[in-house]
Amino acid sequence: MSDKKKPVTIATVWLDGCSGCHMSFLDLDERLVEIAPLIEMVYSPVVDSKEIPKGTDVGIIEGAISNEDDRAKALKMRAACGFLISLGDCAVTGNVPSMRNVFDQKECFDRSYHENAQLQPMDPTVCVPPLLDKVLPVHQVVDVDLYVPGCPPPADAIYYVLSELLAGRQPDPLLLTRFGK
Amino acid sequence: MARQKLPPTQTLTMKIDDVDVTAKPGQTIKDVARDHDIIIPGLCYLDGLSIWGGCRLCLVEVEGMNKLLASCSTEVAEGMVVHTDSPKLRAYRKVVIEMLFAERNHVCSVCVSNGGCELQDMAVELGVDHVHLPYMDPDVNLDSSNDRFRLDHNRCIMCTRCVRVCGEIEGAFTKGIGGRGIDVRIINDLNMPWGESQTCTSCGKCVHVCPTGALVEKGTAAAEMDKRRAFLPYLTIMREAQR
Repeated sequence: MSDKKKPVTIATVWLDGCSGCHMSFLDLDERLVEIAPLIEMVYSPVVDSKEIPKGTDVGIIEGAISNEDDRAKALKMRAACGFLISLGDCAVTGNVPSMRNVFDQKECFDRSYHENAQLQPMDPTVCVPPLLDKVLPVHQVVDVDLYVPGCPPPADAIYYVLSELLAGRQPDPLLLTRFGK
Repeated sequence: MARQKLPPTQTLTMKIDDVDVTAKPGQTIKDVARDHDIIIPGLCYLDGLSIWGGCRLCLVEVEGMNKLLASCSTEVAEGMVVHTDSPKLRAYRKVVIEMLFAERNHVCSVCVSNGGCELQDMAVELGVDHVHLPYMDPDVNLDSSNDRFRLDHNRCIMCTRCVRVCGEIEGAFTKGIGGRGIDVRIINDLNMPWGESQTCTSCGKCVHVCPTGALVEKGTAAAEMDKRRAFLPYLTIMREAQR
């Protein structure tokens, strides 16, 4: 067992998105078993750790940057991870979350928390991070090393990207996915 | 009987991507390249319509020229040496696609043309996996006033295929161009709601030549809009034959 390679550490975060990209990752199904011995999930919505460990090999970001918490998490991911992947259309383009960008914030709040509220219409102020003026793709906040578009990127594309990276090769995600796929 | 004068030579010789090719005078670089199985990318060009030369995706390098030329609107000349693919051209074309994405609100995942869109296909072909320019998020509207069709300016890339097909093939001249620069828009008649147009025949040609989800049939949900572009060359051939 001494010649066994150290597993590649992976951290994933879920910012402003629907979690579909993480679901698509779980859609690797039995291929997860194949990949499991090669990787170690050190931080993710699917594991319990509270901090992103410094020196993590690969970071994967799902979702756009919509509020101060998203921005802080993206900066932490960039600082902690050697290689950062923008996973899915929200992270890569802003996608559906960015559709609010044509409205000002007050219009969004009025629509969400007043017009459509059944009970006690009010703007949320406690325990929620302030929204940014505009929803941004991840690469407009931190440098990104690889873009994997798709809504969500198909499991085959995620498998291909991870297995190529684990094999030390540079993947070309557009072979298997694209904007809106 | 005096000998008749021979017509001038009808064949030009030139080079495209290091291949010796022949061409007829009056042909464009794009046409000659295609005759020799060299496909140059493009979005505003469509067989059967007049040439617009607006999308700038078909730019090529011509030796001896200090600027790039649009191959769809440049006629060939004897001895021309053309390069249709180079790192420089690829970089320019990528930026063109990125600008188109950044200029309006193309949200592919919820677009009715998702999966049937030439802009999407071109992004894949040219390796555009993200847009490095800031998105402009313009507040542009959408015209649903026509009974059968919808015009969504969010998805429009101003290729003007709809304007050309409306005037040149249908002869209605409903579609036009209004505004300048970043404010340029496809308009109906004198910039009135499509449904109030007196000239529109509701033929739907504009919908089916549109490369994106800017012109669509109503009642289509995300990824449901299939465009039938093949009708246009057929229509043009039949009209030519009638003349």
